[in-house]
Amino acid sequence: MSLALDLFSLVAIGAGAFFFFAGTVGLLRFPDSLTRLHALTKADNLGLGLIVLGLLPRAGSLLDALRLIAIWVLVQLSGAATAQLIGRALSPRRAAE
Amino acid sequence: MSILQVLDLGLAILVLAIAGWTIAARELFASVVGYVAYGLLLSIVWIRLHAPDVALTEAAIGSGVTGVLLVTTGARLRGAGGVETAAPPRLSQRLMAGALAVLVAAALAAVVLLLPEPAPTLAPEAREGLAATGLGNPVTAVLIAYRSFDTMLEKVVLVLAVVGVWSLAPDRCWAGAPAPLGRARPEGALLFLDQALVPLGILVGVHLFWVGADEPGGAFQAGAILAAMWMIVMISRLTEPPRVGARWLRLALIAGPAVFLATGLAGGGMAGGFFAYPAGFAKPIILFIEAFLVLSIAVTLPMLVAGPPRRSPQS
Amino acid sequence: MNDALLVAAGFILLTVGAGLVRVLRGPGDFDRMMAVQLLGAGGVASLLLIASATTVAGVEDVALGLALLAAFASIAFVNSAEADGAEPLEGEDG
Repeated sequence: MSLALDLFSLVAIGAGAFFFFAGTVGLLRFPDSLTRLHALTKADNLGLGLIVLGLLPRAGSLLDALRLIAIWVLVQLSGAATAQLIGRALSPRRAAE
Repeated sequence: MSILQVLDLGLAILVLAIAGWTIAARELFASVVGYVAYGLLLSIVWIRLHAPDVALTEAAIGSGVTGVLLVTTGARLRGAGGVETAAPPRLSQRLMAGALAVLVAAALAAVVLLLPEPAPTLAPEAREGLAATGLGNPVTAVLIAYRSFDTMLEKVVLVLAVVGVWSLAPDRCWAGAPAPLGRARPEGALLFLDQALVPLGILVGVHLFWVGADEPGGAFQAGAILAAMWMIVMISRLTEPPRVGARWLRLALIAGPAVFLATGLAGGGMAGGFFAYPAGFAKPIILFIEAFLVLSIAVTLPMLVAGPPRRSPQS
Repeated sequence: MNDALLVAAGFILLTVGAGLVRVLRGPGDFDRMMAVQLLGAGGVASLLLIASATTVAGVEDVALGLALLAAFASIAFVNSAEADGAEPLEGEDG
Protein backbone atom coordinates (compact mmCIF):
# COMPACT_ATOMS: atom_id res chain seq x y z
CA MET A 1 0.00 0.00 0.00
CA SER A 2 2.73 2.43 0.98
CA LEU A 3 4.65 1.49 -2.14
CA ALA A 4 1.61 2.34 -4.25
CA LEU A 5 1.21 5.67 -2.41
CA ASP A 6 4.90 6.48 -2.90
CA LEU A 7 4.57 5.70 -6.56
CA PHE A 8 1.50 7.95 -6.77
CA SER A 9 3.44 10.76 -5.07
CA LEU A 10 6.39 10.37 -7.41
CA VAL A 11 4.21 10.40 -10.52
CA ALA A 12 2.22 13.44 -9.40
CA ILE A 13 5.33 15.38 -8.32
CA GLY A 14 7.11 14.46 -11.54
CA ALA A 15 4.14 15.70 -13.54
CA GLY A 16 4.05 18.90 -11.49
CA ALA A 17 7.75 19.51 -12.08
CA PHE A 18 7.14 18.95 -15.79
CA PHE A 19 4.46 21.64 -15.83
CA PHE A 20 6.84 24.10 -14.19
CA PHE A 21 9.40 23.21 -16.83
CA ALA A 22 6.88 23.64 -19.63
CA GLY A 23 5.69 26.93 -18.17
CA THR A 24 9.23 28.28 -18.01
CA VAL A 25 9.98 27.20 -21.56
CA GLY A 26 6.79 28.93 -22.63
CA LEU A 27 7.70 32.07 -20.70
CA LEU A 28 11.10 32.16 -22.37
CA ARG A 29 10.21 31.07 -25.88
CA PHE A 30 6.70 32.34 -26.65
CA PRO A 31 6.67 35.34 -28.95
CA ASP A 32 4.52 37.90 -27.09
CA SER A 33 3.31 38.83 -23.64
CA LEU A 34 -0.20 37.37 -23.81
CA THR A 35 1.00 33.93 -24.92
CA ARG A 36 3.63 34.04 -22.19
CA LEU A 37 0.86 34.80 -19.70
CA HIS A 38 -0.93 31.70 -20.98
CA ALA A 39 2.16 29.58 -20.29
CA LEU A 40 2.61 31.08 -16.84
CA THR A 41 -0.92 30.35 -15.63
CA LYS A 42 -0.67 26.68 -16.61
CA ALA A 43 2.55 26.36 -14.64
CA ASP A 44 1.37 27.82 -11.38
CA ASN A 45 -2.07 26.19 -11.39
CA LEU A 46 -1.29 22.68 -12.63
CA GLY A 47 2.33 22.54 -11.53
CA LEU A 48 1.69 23.50 -7.93
CA GLY A 49 -1.61 21.57 -7.90
CA LEU A 50 0.08 18.32 -8.91
CA ILE A 51 2.89 18.83 -6.40
CA VAL A 52 0.35 19.39 -3.62
CA LEU A 53 -1.57 16.31 -4.79
CA GLY A 54 1.63 14.29 -4.64
CA LEU A 55 2.47 15.53 -1.16
CA LEU A 56 -1.01 14.88 0.28
CA PRO A 57 -0.39 11.17 1.07
CA ARG A 58 2.73 12.23 3.00
CA ALA A 59 0.91 14.80 5.17
CA GLY A 60 1.19 13.99 8.86
CA SER A 61 -2.36 14.85 9.82
CA LEU A 62 -5.65 15.98 8.36
CA LEU A 63 -4.84 19.54 9.39
CA ASP A 64 -1.52 19.45 7.51
CA ALA A 65 -3.32 18.13 4.44
CA LEU A 66 -5.88 20.94 4.68
CA ARG A 67 -3.07 23.48 4.95
CA LEU A 68 -1.47 22.08 1.79
CA ILE A 69 -4.76 22.43 -0.04
CA ALA A 70 -5.23 25.94 1.35
CA ILE A 71 -1.81 26.93 -0.03
CA TRP A 72 -2.80 25.69 -3.47
CA VAL A 73 -6.17 27.48 -3.29
CA LEU A 74 -4.44 30.74 -2.30
CA VAL A 75 -2.03 30.55 -5.23
CA GLN A 76 -4.97 29.71 -7.50
CA LEU A 77 -6.97 32.71 -6.33
CA SER A 78 -4.21 35.26 -6.57
CA GLY A 79 -2.74 33.73 -9.74
CA ALA A 80 -6.07 33.80 -11.55
CA ALA A 81 -6.83 37.36 -10.50
CA THR A 82 -3.35 38.61 -11.39
CA ALA A 83 -3.45 36.91 -14.77
CA GLN A 84 -6.75 38.67 -15.44
CA LEU A 85 -5.30 42.03 -14.37
CA ILE A 86 -2.14 41.61 -16.45
CA GLY A 87 -4.13 40.39 -19.44
CA ARG A 88 -6.46 43.38 -19.35
CA ALA A 89 -3.55 45.76 -18.88
CA LEU A 90 -1.83 44.26 -21.90
CA SER A 91 -4.76 44.23 -24.31
CA PRO A 92 -5.01 47.96 -25.15
CA ARG A 93 -1.25 48.06 -25.53
CA ARG A 94 -1.43 45.26 -28.07
CA ALA A 95 -4.16 46.97 -30.03
CA ALA A 96 -2.05 50.11 -30.25
CA GLU A 97 0.95 48.33 -31.75
CA MET B 1 28.22 16.17 -2.67
CA SER B 2 24.75 15.31 -1.42
CA ILE B 3 21.59 16.44 -3.18
CA LEU B 4 20.88 18.98 -0.46
CA GLN B 5 24.30 20.59 -0.96
CA VAL B 6 23.74 20.84 -4.71
CA LEU B 7 20.37 22.45 -4.01
CA ASP B 8 21.97 24.96 -1.63
CA LEU B 9 24.73 25.79 -4.09
CA GLY B 10 22.21 26.36 -6.87
CA LEU B 11 20.15 28.57 -4.58
CA ALA B 12 23.19 30.63 -3.61
CA ILE B 13 24.18 31.16 -7.26
CA LEU B 14 20.61 32.22 -8.11
CA VAL B 15 20.53 34.73 -5.25
CA LEU B 16 23.88 36.22 -6.26
CA ALA B 17 22.84 36.44 -9.91
CA ILE B 18 19.57 38.21 -9.18
CA ALA B 19 21.28 40.52 -6.67
CA GLY B 20 23.83 41.47 -9.30
CA TRP B 21 21.12 42.11 -11.84
CA THR B 22 19.15 44.28 -9.40
CA ILE B 23 22.17 46.54 -8.99
CA ALA B 24 23.07 46.58 -12.68
CA ALA B 25 19.53 47.20 -14.01
CA ARG B 26 19.17 50.54 -15.76
CA GLU B 27 15.42 50.97 -15.44
CA LEU B 28 13.76 51.64 -12.12
CA PHE B 29 10.98 49.06 -12.53
CA ALA B 30 13.31 46.37 -13.79
CA SER B 31 15.38 46.64 -10.67
CA VAL B 32 12.29 46.73 -8.42
CA VAL B 33 11.13 43.48 -10.02
CA GLY B 34 14.59 42.02 -9.48
CA TYR B 35 14.44 43.04 -5.83
CA VAL B 36 11.08 41.33 -5.30
CA ALA B 37 12.47 38.13 -6.85
CA TYR B 38 15.52 38.46 -4.62
CA GLY B 39 13.29 38.63 -1.52
CA LEU B 40 11.41 35.51 -2.60
CA LEU B 41 14.64 33.55 -3.02
CA LEU B 42 15.97 34.88 0.26
CA SER B 43 13.06 33.46 2.23
CA ILE B 44 13.89 30.02 0.79
CA VAL B 45 17.51 30.59 1.82
CA TRP B 46 16.38 31.33 5.40
CA ILE B 47 14.48 28.03 5.44
CA ARG B 48 17.65 26.22 4.37
CA LEU B 49 19.47 27.98 7.23
CA HIS B 50 16.80 26.56 9.59
CA ALA B 51 15.45 30.01 10.47
CA PRO B 52 11.72 29.77 9.67
CA ASP B 53 10.88 32.87 11.74
CA VAL B 54 13.16 35.01 9.59
CA ALA B 55 11.89 33.30 6.44
CA LEU B 56 8.34 34.21 7.43
CA THR B 57 9.32 37.83 8.05
CA GLU B 58 11.12 37.99 4.71
CA ALA B 59 8.10 36.49 2.94
CA ALA B 60 5.65 38.87 4.61
CA ILE B 61 7.75 42.03 4.35
CA GLY B 62 9.57 41.23 1.10
CA SER B 63 6.61 40.25 -1.04
CA GLY B 64 3.80 41.95 0.83
CA VAL B 65 5.05 45.34 1.89
CA THR B 66 8.39 46.20 0.25
CA GLY B 67 7.18 45.24 -3.23
CA VAL B 68 4.14 47.49 -2.96
CA LEU B 69 6.20 50.27 -1.35
CA LEU B 70 8.85 50.26 -4.08
CA VAL B 71 6.38 49.97 -6.93
CA THR B 72 4.22 52.78 -5.56
CA THR B 73 7.25 54.98 -4.93
CA GLY B 74 8.54 54.28 -8.43
CA ALA B 75 5.22 55.22 -9.98
CA ARG B 76 5.04 58.46 -7.97
CA LEU B 77 8.64 59.36 -8.83
CA ARG B 78 7.90 58.76 -12.48
CA GLY B 79 4.75 60.87 -12.17
CA ALA B 80 6.80 63.68 -10.65
CA GLY B 81 9.51 63.30 -13.30
CA GLY B 82 12.01 62.84 -10.49
CA VAL B 83 13.95 59.93 -11.93
CA GLU B 84 14.71 61.36 -15.33
CA THR B 85 15.60 64.91 -14.31
CA ALA B 86 18.14 63.93 -11.65
CA ALA B 87 21.70 64.12 -13.03
CA PRO B 88 23.48 60.74 -13.05
CA PRO B 89 26.23 60.49 -10.43
CA ARG B 90 29.77 61.24 -11.63
CA LEU B 91 32.25 58.43 -12.18
CA SER B 92 34.24 59.38 -9.06
CA GLN B 93 31.09 59.26 -6.95
CA ARG B 94 30.18 55.85 -8.32
CA LEU B 95 33.70 54.52 -7.71
CA MET B 96 33.60 55.76 -4.14
CA ALA B 97 30.16 54.25 -3.51
CA GLY B 98 31.39 50.97 -5.00
CA ALA B 99 34.54 51.00 -2.85
CA LEU B 100 32.47 51.66 0.27
CA ALA B 101 30.11 48.79 -0.57
CA VAL B 102 33.05 46.42 -1.14
CA LEU B 103 34.57 47.51 2.18
CA VAL B 104 31.33 46.82 4.11
CA ALA B 105 30.85 43.46 2.38
CA ALA B 106 34.48 42.49 3.06
CA ALA B 107 34.19 43.46 6.73
CA LEU B 108 31.01 41.41 7.12
CA ALA B 109 32.58 38.44 5.33
CA ALA B 110 35.68 38.70 7.53
CA VAL B 111 33.58 38.72 10.71
CA VAL B 112 31.65 35.64 9.61
CA LEU B 113 34.68 33.74 8.30
CA LEU B 114 36.86 34.50 11.34
CA LEU B 115 34.35 33.15 13.86
CA PRO B 116 35.93 30.51 16.11
CA GLU B 117 34.82 26.92 15.64
CA PRO B 118 32.26 26.20 17.08
CA ALA B 119 30.79 29.69 16.79
CA PRO B 120 29.86 31.33 20.11
CA THR B 121 26.15 31.03 20.76
CA LEU B 122 23.57 31.95 23.36
CA ALA B 123 21.07 29.44 21.96
CA PRO B 124 21.34 26.92 24.85
CA GLU B 125 20.73 29.72 27.38
CA ALA B 126 17.77 30.99 25.34
CA ARG B 127 16.28 27.50 25.34
CA GLU B 128 16.93 27.01 29.06
CA GLY B 129 15.00 30.14 30.02
CA LEU B 130 11.95 29.14 27.96
CA ALA B 131 10.22 27.42 30.87
CA ALA B 132 10.08 30.68 32.85
CA THR B 133 8.28 32.46 30.00
CA GLY B 134 5.75 29.70 29.33
CA LEU B 135 6.52 30.03 25.61
CA GLY B 136 7.60 27.29 23.19
CA ASN B 137 9.25 29.45 20.51
CA PRO B 138 12.68 30.70 21.62
CA VAL B 139 12.62 33.48 19.01
CA THR B 140 9.47 34.99 20.50
CA ALA B 141 11.01 34.60 23.97
CA VAL B 142 14.09 36.54 22.86
CA LEU B 143 12.01 39.29 21.26
CA ILE B 144 9.35 39.87 23.91
CA ALA B 145 11.01 38.58 27.09
CA TYR B 146 14.84 38.50 27.07
CA ARG B 147 15.42 41.71 25.15
CA SER B 148 11.99 43.25 25.34
CA PHE B 149 13.35 46.78 25.73
CA ASP B 150 15.05 46.55 22.31
CA THR B 151 11.88 45.26 20.71
CA MET B 152 9.87 48.08 22.26
CA LEU B 153 12.34 50.65 20.87
CA GLU B 154 12.09 49.05 17.42
CA LYS B 155 8.36 49.66 17.46
CA VAL B 156 8.97 53.27 18.51
CA VAL B 157 11.27 53.59 15.48
CA LEU B 158 8.36 52.50 13.25
CA VAL B 159 6.18 55.24 14.74
CA LEU B 160 8.99 57.77 14.21
CA ALA B 161 9.20 56.67 10.58
CA VAL B 162 5.51 57.45 10.12
CA VAL B 163 6.02 60.86 11.77
CA GLY B 164 8.91 61.44 9.34
CA VAL B 165 6.76 60.58 6.33
CA TRP B 166 3.90 62.75 7.55
CA SER B 167 6.21 65.69 8.13
CA LEU B 168 6.66 65.91 4.35
CA ALA B 169 3.06 67.09 4.02
CA PRO B 170 2.38 70.60 2.69
CA ASP B 171 0.92 72.83 5.42
CA ARG B 172 -2.58 73.05 3.98
CA CYS B 173 -2.83 69.23 3.81
CA TRP B 174 -1.80 68.63 7.41
CA ALA B 175 -4.16 66.19 9.16
CA GLY B 176 -5.65 65.33 5.76
CA ALA B 177 -5.58 62.00 3.97
CA PRO B 178 -2.71 60.58 1.86
CA ALA B 179 -3.25 60.15 -1.87
CA PRO B 180 -5.31 57.07 -2.81
CA LEU B 181 -3.26 53.98 -3.58
CA GLY B 182 -5.36 52.75 -6.47
CA ARG B 183 -6.91 53.76 -9.75
CA ALA B 184 -10.15 55.65 -10.00
CA ARG B 185 -12.29 52.63 -10.84
CA PRO B 186 -11.39 49.18 -9.52
CA GLU B 187 -11.49 46.10 -11.71
CA GLY B 188 -13.62 43.04 -11.15
CA ALA B 189 -10.58 40.83 -10.64
CA LEU B 190 -9.36 43.03 -7.81
CA LEU B 191 -12.76 43.06 -6.13
CA PHE B 192 -12.77 39.27 -6.41
CA LEU B 193 -9.42 39.17 -4.62
CA ASP B 194 -10.82 41.40 -1.88
CA GLN B 195 -13.71 39.04 -1.32
CA ALA B 196 -11.77 35.78 -1.56
CA LEU B 197 -8.20 36.46 -0.51
CA VAL B 198 -8.53 39.12 2.19
CA PRO B 199 -10.69 37.08 4.63
CA LEU B 200 -8.29 34.15 4.25
CA GLY B 201 -5.36 36.50 4.73
CA ILE B 202 -6.79 37.90 7.96
CA LEU B 203 -7.23 34.33 9.15
CA VAL B 204 -3.60 33.52 8.29
CA GLY B 205 -2.45 36.67 10.11
CA VAL B 206 -4.33 35.77 13.29
CA HIS B 207 -3.06 32.19 12.98
CA LEU B 208 0.56 33.36 12.79
CA PHE B 209 0.08 35.62 15.82
CA TRP B 210 -1.42 32.76 17.83
CA VAL B 211 1.08 30.01 16.90
CA GLY B 212 3.96 32.49 17.32
CA ALA B 213 4.12 31.68 21.03
CA ASP B 214 5.10 28.08 20.40
CA GLU B 215 6.06 27.75 16.73
CA PRO B 216 7.56 30.01 14.04
CA GLY B 217 5.43 33.12 13.66
CA GLY B 218 4.77 36.10 15.87
CA ALA B 219 3.59 39.66 16.13
CA PHE B 220 5.67 41.18 13.33
CA GLN B 221 4.87 38.54 10.72
CA ALA B 222 1.18 38.62 11.64
CA GLY B 223 1.10 42.42 11.56
CA ALA B 224 2.83 42.53 8.17
CA ILE B 225 0.31 40.11 6.66
CA LEU B 226 -2.64 42.07 8.05
CA ALA B 227 -0.99 45.25 6.72
CA ALA B 228 -0.80 43.67 3.25
CA MET B 229 -4.50 42.83 3.46
CA TRP B 230 -5.41 46.41 4.32
CA MET B 231 -3.25 47.66 1.45
CA ILE B 232 -4.94 45.46 -1.12
CA VAL B 233 -8.34 46.79 -0.03
CA MET B 234 -6.98 50.32 -0.42
CA ILE B 235 -5.48 49.51 -3.84
CA SER B 236 -8.87 48.35 -5.06
CA ARG B 237 -10.40 51.55 -3.67
CA LEU B 238 -12.95 49.81 -1.45
CA THR B 239 -11.53 51.99 1.28
CA GLU B 240 -9.35 55.10 1.22
CA PRO B 241 -6.26 55.87 3.30
CA PRO B 242 -7.59 57.49 6.50
CA ARG B 243 -7.00 61.11 7.46
CA VAL B 244 -3.75 61.25 9.41
CA GLY B 245 -5.50 63.47 11.96
CA ALA B 246 -8.04 60.76 12.85
CA ARG B 247 -7.90 59.91 16.53
CA TRP B 248 -8.43 56.15 16.05
CA LEU B 249 -5.50 56.03 13.63
CA ARG B 250 -3.15 57.77 16.04
CA LEU B 251 -4.26 55.56 18.93
CA ALA B 252 -3.74 52.43 16.79
CA LEU B 253 -0.27 53.62 15.74
CA ILE B 254 1.00 54.04 19.29
CA ALA B 255 -1.05 51.26 20.96
CA GLY B 256 1.69 48.64 20.57
CA PRO B 257 4.70 50.56 21.94
CA ALA B 258 2.52 52.30 24.58
CA VAL B 259 1.09 49.07 25.98
CA PHE B 260 4.57 47.52 25.81
CA LEU B 261 6.12 50.42 27.74
CA ALA B 262 3.29 50.55 30.29
CA THR B 263 3.67 46.82 30.95
CA GLY B 264 7.40 47.27 31.34
CA LEU B 265 6.91 50.08 33.85
CA ALA B 266 4.29 48.06 35.73
CA GLY B 267 6.87 45.27 35.93
CA GLY B 268 9.08 47.72 37.79
CA GLY B 269 6.46 48.05 40.51
CA MET B 270 5.00 44.57 40.64
CA ALA B 271 7.69 42.12 39.60
CA GLY B 272 10.76 43.87 40.91
CA GLY B 273 12.37 45.10 37.72
CA PHE B 274 11.82 47.25 34.63
CA PHE B 275 10.32 44.88 32.01
CA ALA B 276 10.20 41.98 34.47
CA TYR B 277 7.10 39.79 34.16
CA PRO B 278 5.58 38.27 37.33
CA ALA B 279 6.27 34.53 37.60
CA GLY B 280 3.50 32.36 36.23
CA PHE B 281 1.88 35.19 34.28
CA ALA B 282 4.59 35.72 31.69
CA LYS B 283 2.80 34.05 28.79
CA PRO B 284 -0.57 35.83 29.09
CA ILE B 285 1.23 39.16 29.48
CA ILE B 286 3.40 38.47 26.44
CA LEU B 287 0.36 37.58 24.33
CA PHE B 288 -1.41 40.72 25.59
CA ILE B 289 1.52 42.91 24.50
CA GLU B 290 1.80 41.09 21.19
CA ALA B 291 -1.87 41.62 20.37
CA PHE B 292 -1.37 45.40 20.52
CA LEU B 293 1.91 45.13 18.61
CA VAL B 294 0.08 43.31 15.80
CA LEU B 295 -2.47 46.13 15.64
CA SER B 296 0.19 48.85 15.52
CA ILE B 297 2.31 47.09 12.89
CA ALA B 298 -0.75 46.37 10.74
CA VAL B 299 -1.57 50.10 10.78
CA THR B 300 1.96 51.50 10.58
CA LEU B 301 3.19 49.70 7.46
CA PRO B 302 0.30 50.76 5.18
CA MET B 303 0.63 54.36 6.40
CA LEU B 304 4.32 54.27 5.45
CA VAL B 305 3.36 53.04 1.98
CA ALA B 306 0.51 55.56 1.58
CA GLY B 307 2.94 58.43 2.10
CA PRO B 308 2.40 61.98 3.37
CA PRO B 309 -1.04 63.65 3.44
CA ARG B 310 -1.99 65.02 0.03
CA ARG B 311 -5.51 66.26 0.62
CA SER B 312 -6.65 69.09 2.83
CA PRO B 313 -8.61 67.85 5.85
CA GLN B 314 -11.79 69.64 4.77
CA SER B 315 -12.16 67.93 1.39
CA MET C 1 11.96 8.93 -1.43
CA ASN C 2 13.26 12.04 0.33
CA ASP C 3 16.05 12.30 -2.22
CA ALA C 4 13.50 12.22 -5.01
CA LEU C 5 11.59 15.08 -3.37
CA LEU C 6 14.77 17.13 -3.05
CA VAL C 7 15.69 16.48 -6.67
CA ALA C 8 12.21 17.68 -7.68
CA ALA C 9 12.58 20.79 -5.47
CA GLY C 10 15.98 21.57 -6.98
CA PHE C 11 14.72 20.98 -10.50
CA ILE C 12 11.74 23.31 -10.05
CA LEU C 13 13.86 25.99 -8.40
CA LEU C 14 16.43 25.79 -11.16
CA THR C 15 13.72 25.89 -13.82
CA VAL C 16 11.88 28.92 -12.50
CA GLY C 17 15.26 30.47 -11.76
CA ALA C 18 16.11 30.09 -15.43
CA GLY C 19 12.77 31.78 -16.11
CA LEU C 20 14.24 34.86 -14.48
CA VAL C 21 16.12 35.41 -17.72
CA ARG C 22 12.80 37.03 -18.67
CA VAL C 23 13.54 39.63 -16.00
CA LEU C 24 16.81 40.37 -17.78
CA ARG C 25 15.42 40.44 -21.28
CA GLY C 26 12.02 42.00 -20.66
CA PRO C 27 11.14 43.54 -23.05
CA GLY C 28 8.15 44.92 -21.15
CA ASP C 29 7.77 45.33 -17.42
CA PHE C 30 4.82 42.94 -17.50
CA ASP C 31 7.05 40.17 -18.86
CA ARG C 32 9.40 40.77 -15.97
CA MET C 33 6.54 40.63 -13.51
CA MET C 34 5.39 37.30 -14.96
CA ALA C 35 8.80 35.74 -14.34
CA VAL C 36 8.55 36.78 -10.70
CA GLN C 37 5.03 35.34 -10.52
CA LEU C 38 6.38 32.03 -11.79
CA LEU C 39 9.22 32.22 -9.29
CA GLY C 40 6.65 32.71 -6.53
CA ALA C 41 4.65 29.62 -7.48
CA GLY C 42 7.80 27.57 -8.02
CA GLY C 43 9.23 28.82 -4.72
CA VAL C 44 6.09 27.69 -2.88
CA ALA C 45 6.27 24.29 -4.62
CA SER C 46 9.93 23.72 -3.75
CA LEU C 47 9.39 24.91 -0.17
CA LEU C 48 6.64 22.32 0.25
CA LEU C 49 8.89 19.63 -1.22
CA ILE C 50 11.81 20.62 1.02
CA ALA C 51 9.47 20.72 4.02
CA SER C 52 8.33 17.19 3.29
CA ALA C 53 11.87 15.87 2.84
CA THR C 54 13.60 17.61 5.76
CA THR C 55 12.47 18.41 9.28
CA VAL C 56 12.34 22.15 9.83
CA ALA C 57 9.32 23.24 11.84
CA GLY C 58 6.99 25.81 10.40
CA VAL C 59 8.01 25.62 6.74
CA GLU C 60 4.39 25.07 5.72
CA ASP C 61 3.48 28.37 7.34
CA VAL C 62 6.20 30.13 5.36
CA ALA C 63 4.75 28.58 2.21
CA LEU C 64 1.32 29.77 3.33
CA GLY C 65 2.61 33.31 3.73
CA LEU C 66 4.37 33.24 0.37
CA ALA C 67 1.26 31.84 -1.32
CA LEU C 68 -0.86 34.57 0.23
CA LEU C 69 1.43 37.40 -0.85
CA ALA C 70 2.92 36.00 -4.07
CA ALA C 71 0.74 38.19 -6.25
CA PHE C 72 1.00 41.41 -4.27
CA ALA C 73 3.84 43.03 -6.14
CA SER C 74 2.15 42.19 -9.45
CA ILE C 75 -1.11 43.74 -8.31
CA ALA C 76 0.58 46.92 -7.12
CA PHE C 77 2.53 46.98 -10.35
CA VAL C 78 -0.45 46.61 -12.69
CA ASN C 79 -2.26 49.17 -10.60
CA SER C 80 0.52 51.75 -10.75
CA ALA C 81 1.27 51.13 -14.42
CA GLU C 82 -2.28 52.19 -15.25
CA ALA C 83 -2.61 54.89 -12.61
CA ASP C 84 -0.08 56.86 -14.65
CA GLY C 85 -2.73 57.28 -17.28
CA ALA C 86 -0.36 56.19 -20.04
CA GLU C 87 -2.83 53.72 -21.45
CA PRO C 88 -6.24 54.26 -19.89
CA LEU C 89 -8.70 51.42 -20.25
CA GLU C 90 -11.98 51.83 -22.04
CA GLY C 91 -14.49 53.83 -20.10
CA GLU C 92 -11.79 55.06 -17.80
CA ASP C 93 -12.22 58.64 -16.77
CA GLY C 94 -8.89 58.98 -15.09
